[in-house]
Amino acid sequence: MLILTCPHCGIRAEETELAPGGEAHLKRRGPGHSDAAFEDYMFARKNPRGVHFERWRHAHGCGKWFLAARCTATLEVFGTYPARTSGPPPDILAAIRARRPGWEAGE
Amino acid sequence: MSARLSRGGRLIDRSVPLTFRFDGRPMTGLAGDTLAASLLANDRMLVGRSFKYHRPRGILASGAEEPNALVGLGQGPRFEPNQRTTTTETFDGLSAISQNRWPGLEHDLGAVSGCLSRFLPAGFYYKMFLWPRPFWKHVYEPLIRRSAGLGKAPQEADADRYEQAYAFADVVIAGGGIAGLTAALAAGRAGRRVILLEQTAHWGGRAPVDGDPIEGMPADTWVKNAVQTLEGMANVTLRLRTTVSGLYDHGYALACERVADHSPGDGRPRHRLWRIRAGKLIAATGAIERPLSFAGNDIPGVMLASAMRDYVVNWAVSPGARTVVVTNNDDAYRTALVLADAGLVVAAVIDARPAATGDLPAQARARGIRVLEGRGIARVRGGRRVSGVAICAQEGEGAVLEEIACDAVAMSGGWSPVVHLWSHCGGKLIWDAAGAMFRPDAARPPTGDAGQPIAATAGAASGLLDTAAVLADAHAAAGGEGPAPQASCPTEAPMLPVWIMPQGAGPALKSKMWLDYQNDVKVSDVQLAAREGYESVEHTKRYTTLGMATDQGKTSNINGIAVLSQTLHQEIPVTGTTTFRPPYTPISLGSIAAEARGEIFQPLRRTPMHDWHEAEGACWEPVGQWRRPWCYRRGAETVQEAVNREVINTRSNVGLLDASTLGKILVKGADAGRFLDMLYTGTMSTLPVGKCRYGLMCNDNGFVIDDGVVVRLSGDSWLCHTTTGGADRIHAHMEDWLQCEWWDWKVHTANLTEQFAQVAIVGPKARRLLETLGGMDVSREALPFMAFAEGTPGGFRARVFRISFSGELSYEVAVPASEGLAFWRACVAAGAEFGAMPYGTEALHVMRAEKGFIMIGDETDGTVIPQDLNLGWAISGKKPDYLGKRAQQRSHMASPERWKLVGLETLDGSVLPDGALAVAEGVNANGQRRTQGRVTSSYYSPVLKKGIAMGLVLKGPQRMGEVLDFPVEGGRIVQARVVDQVFYDRDGEKQNA
Amino acid sequence: MPDAVSALEGRSYRGFATVTEAGLTGMVSLRGDLASVDLAAALLAATGCAVPGLRRRVEAGAWAACWMSPDEVLLVGPHAAAPGVAAQLAGALAGQHALAVDVSDARASFRVAGPKAAEVLMKLSPVDFASFGPDEVRRTRLGQIAATLWTSGAEDYTVLCFRSVAAYGFGVLQSAARPGSELFPGRG
Repeated sequence: MLILTCPHCGIRAEETELAPGGEAHLKRRGPGHSDAAFEDYMFARKNPRGVHFERWRHAHGCGKWFLAARCTATLEVFGTYPARTSGPPPDILAAIRARRPGWEAGE
Repeated sequence: MSARLSRGGRLIDRSVPLTFRFDGRPMTGLAGDTLAASLLANDRMLVGRSFKYHRPRGILASGAEEPNALVGLGQGPRFEPNQRTTTTETFDGLSAISQNRWPGLEHDLGAVSGCLSRFLPAGFYYKMFLWPRPFWKHVYEPLIRRSAGLGKAPQEADADRYEQAYAFADVVIAGGGIAGLTAALAAGRAGRRVILLEQTAHWGGRAPVDGDPIEGMPADTWVKNAVQTLEGMANVTLRLRTTVSGLYDHGYALACERVADHSPGDGRPRHRLWRIRAGKLIAATGAIERPLSFAGNDIPGVMLASAMRDYVVNWAVSPGARTVVVTNNDDAYRTALVLADAGLVVAAVIDARPAATGDLPAQARARGIRVLEGRGIARVRGGRRVSGVAICAQEGEGAVLEEIACDAVAMSGGWSPVVHLWSHCGGKLIWDAAGAMFRPDAARPPTGDAGQPIAATAGAASGLLDTAAVLADAHAAAGGEGPAPQASCPTEAPMLPVWIMPQGAGPALKSKMWLDYQNDVKVSDVQLAAREGYESVEHTKRYTTLGMATDQGKTSNINGIAVLSQTLHQEIPVTGTTTFRPPYTPISLGSIAAEARGEIFQPLRRTPMHDWHEAEGACWEPVGQWRRPWCYRRGAETVQEAVNREVINTRSNVGLLDASTLGKILVKGADAGRFLDMLYTGTMSTLPVGKCRYGLMCNDNGFVIDDGVVVRLSGDSWLCHTTTGGADRIHAHMEDWLQCEWWDWKVHTANLTEQFAQVAIVGPKARRLLETLGGMDVSREALPFMAFAEGTPGGFRARVFRISFSGELSYEVAVPASEGLAFWRACVAAGAEFGAMPYGTEALHVMRAEKGFIMIGDETDGTVIPQDLNLGWAISGKKPDYLGKRAQQRSHMASPERWKLVGLETLDGSVLPDGALAVAEGVNANGQRRTQGRVTSSYYSPVLKKGIAMGLVLKGPQRMGEVLDFPVEGGRIVQARVVDQVFYDRDGEKQNA
Repeated sequence: MPDAVSALEGRSYRGFATVTEAGLTGMVSLRGDLASVDLAAALLAATGCAVPGLRRRVEAGAWAACWMSPDEVLLVGPHAAAPGVAAQLAGALAGQHALAVDVSDARASFRVAGPKAAEVLMKLSPVDFASFGPDEVRRTRLGQIAATLWTSGAEDYTVLCFRSVAAYGFGVLQSAARPGSELFPGRG
């Protein structure tokens, strides 16, 4: 059972206090976008073996959404950060590269 | 025979005799006994029957690895099958029954199949039951079901209580032997928070039995001192009778504490499941001795050598009067020495090695014990009890050189470290050829959230079998400062891997060599599997059922893997192991459920008026976790009669509905209007203050997820009503979009669902009821349909909404929840003169269906868009965007071929079954009858005195008047006409009154 | 004033710790920018409380302010005074991006008291009580429901849960406090 530290309230929360929300950093595609773009937004999901960005909500806690960079193979957590961002912040990217040399964002 | 010795027994108290029953027969044990020890003391070696062949089974081991000696323990509400006698502590009044035998343990008719065992080889079930196919359902399946399962399921509800508890530690140490104690001392002295857990009722593990002195004192004394030291440390918690059953992601460990197994009914919880978050888990879990594979190695009286000396030293029980020891290593000589010390006869030590050269064989020889080198057992003589062994050359094919009479055989095939906890979460193993064992590869531990190691092993679990090395390893594993505790131990010569005895045994012998005692898997079965192409160890396991019994192959896996490897002519590490999965030993379902049973099985949500409803005889409807009154039966009424009465009374007088469960979410802020316009398909920003508007919410995939009335409270605040089941979900949905997508919008939400009790006052006399309460103007002019006002009806602080889900004149009144019951009572009292009656959710459903109002979850199922429900009027065409708009533009959503909402009226007035399908001509690609619609809601309307229904029908609204066929149970067809979905007061005169 | 009742009307259970429903409790939810000077001033004026730091609780007279999330404080005080405090805050913060609302009746409040009170909660919440600070507020899970915890003294915990599940909350606390089920029977 995972532990993720909520970046909003600092609690090292166990999984039962959290609710998962799927892949992070999706770009919403509303009216005016092509079928293909909408399909990509709504349905196409990465399923990497390795570094992955996820949405989590501290549901039994402060109620805030946050994002986590995590390795799906080893479950190592590279960092968590508030959801109010459209991409992983530099310190998270640096933490990932330190642990996974050669990893490239967008993989 | 087996018996209690007149002296010794380090764990027993001879002054405290205990009475227990086995298969109804009274027997006597001693305090400190395990049930296995008590049974042996009563000369009860045969304790069960094997699963497949019903072979007689005796006690093999002395601990958690026991595959054979399983019993049904306890009686009535405390009965539990498959309990290991070797880990069950004997207590006064214990009652156990043997399993898997009929009619009796001594004479089992099922054992006949033993004679036919060559017809039940590996994969028997797969082969036998394949053909003829029609036999499966009526012949094979009932047959298999009758013989499936070991032991009997309990028949009564469990009388005991169970619980869970959370704990946190820097270091959790599994195992309270000398390795665990050493690790705990090291970690404790370093100031770490330590939890030390031991599965048995005693500290010290095997060391006091094996006898090597530690720090110059007897192991027992050293253990006692160590425990005393640890008990004095505030940062160390010690717990006996607690098995760490698994290690999971990020250092989460589960440990099952058997609090009161040995004292049932004493008021304590029976089991407690500890949910521990460990910085690091140190598995000081020891090692398990392996059987040797020789013919007849399953006959009662054949026992693991270490177990035999446990019984003698710990419980002063001799498993036999005359024992043959068979081994491939030096350690088993300890058993020979212990037996000799106890005054028992050791007929011979059969050593498979060409020469026995270590210190221990020398001691045995010095005691006059006969040692046979390079020998093996050709076969064990005896049926329900060992009567002798036939000796052969280990290198040969089993030609008998000598017969030795004996009533017990102590065997040792070497040791397997208990690597389960190391492996559960991904720790890797390496094959140690010298020790013939898989041991943890310290370089590849399981890792945690920071990529750090979360487990280590200590002592025998690391593959170390020498006491001094065990202590040094444990000290190091816990990061101990200074020197580790010292021990002196005899020098042991290398063991010799022996996987089959004798090496050249033919098929006749191999078909009597048991690997898995509980599931009756023999050497011949694994070899057959290999010949039939099962090369993967995981496949072989499932094909033969090797290691799939309740013991999960603790004694059989390595032997099975070795036999498979030999058969496939490959090295053992190439074959590898099966996956180690938690739990290490079975944990009770009770401990998993813990407190969640009875009243607190799950949270039930109650409104402030819940107790009133209950007192008035409400039948309950679960809606999410809420309990809502379904209807209130009066006297001898049926449910249907009660519902009809409630509908008619509401439509002709006035009804009261507890609507407290409706979601009430406050949305406030400068951008709240803009936000709601994105959230709802309609426009909420233009709603005037004091007005209400129906709103429909979709997800961004276009599908309807909720609906409800939105109220404009003030310039910058709106109150959004959601469905009963939707409040938490919709609040979370709002927060998701606010926090993750539109985080710069100035909007706050607050879920006020539980702050308010809400009462719907519904019916032509609703206004008169409120006027009787007084305190506020509720006239048509002051409070028209779809308006809202604050006031103090009856003196209560209230928000009053003129909204209707029934088509009647209707007010919904929200008061603070603490005053909900008082307000409800006030309404009941004020309504008495108007014939007011409470009504439940079924009447609500009937009335909304009569009006053609949709219900989320009935008319919608996650695949329905607003356009399907003819709710285009609730969609703003002008808005450039709202959640779901883009999705609804997809070709499939815009297709004219969609199923759309209509009313359905049966030609015979009957009520269509909910969910009934309208059939069309022809069949689909799967050969199934095509369908063209389905019933989404269906009720008897007491007002219209006929069945009414709504349904989604292909191009429905264009097919008014058409008659559709609905096949129903019994092959009958009910015909229904497509009609408008509004059956009652189409012009809304009543609700607008 | 009509009869106002709390969810369980003060129900109490005496096990190895005492569990008591605390009766009517005033609660006001204040959402906004917790760093804002105006919000701090309004809070101080209405309750006497300063804005609590991360996961902290500050007390001033009859009122306490509990940090609930980065933009939410829960004010806890007398039930009858809550609507007034909510209104006062709303007035003081009018026109700002803030929300003050009376939520007194949305929750139930329990006290778990006694030398072994923490052992009751250890069975229900995944919280390390050994490192639970005296002024700490912890939102977590109590069995299967959401809960908020804080200490009101060394042997006294306050537990909040939603009102509709008060009976469940009381039920699991009662079950966990049963005599004979102490986690550390040897200690204290």
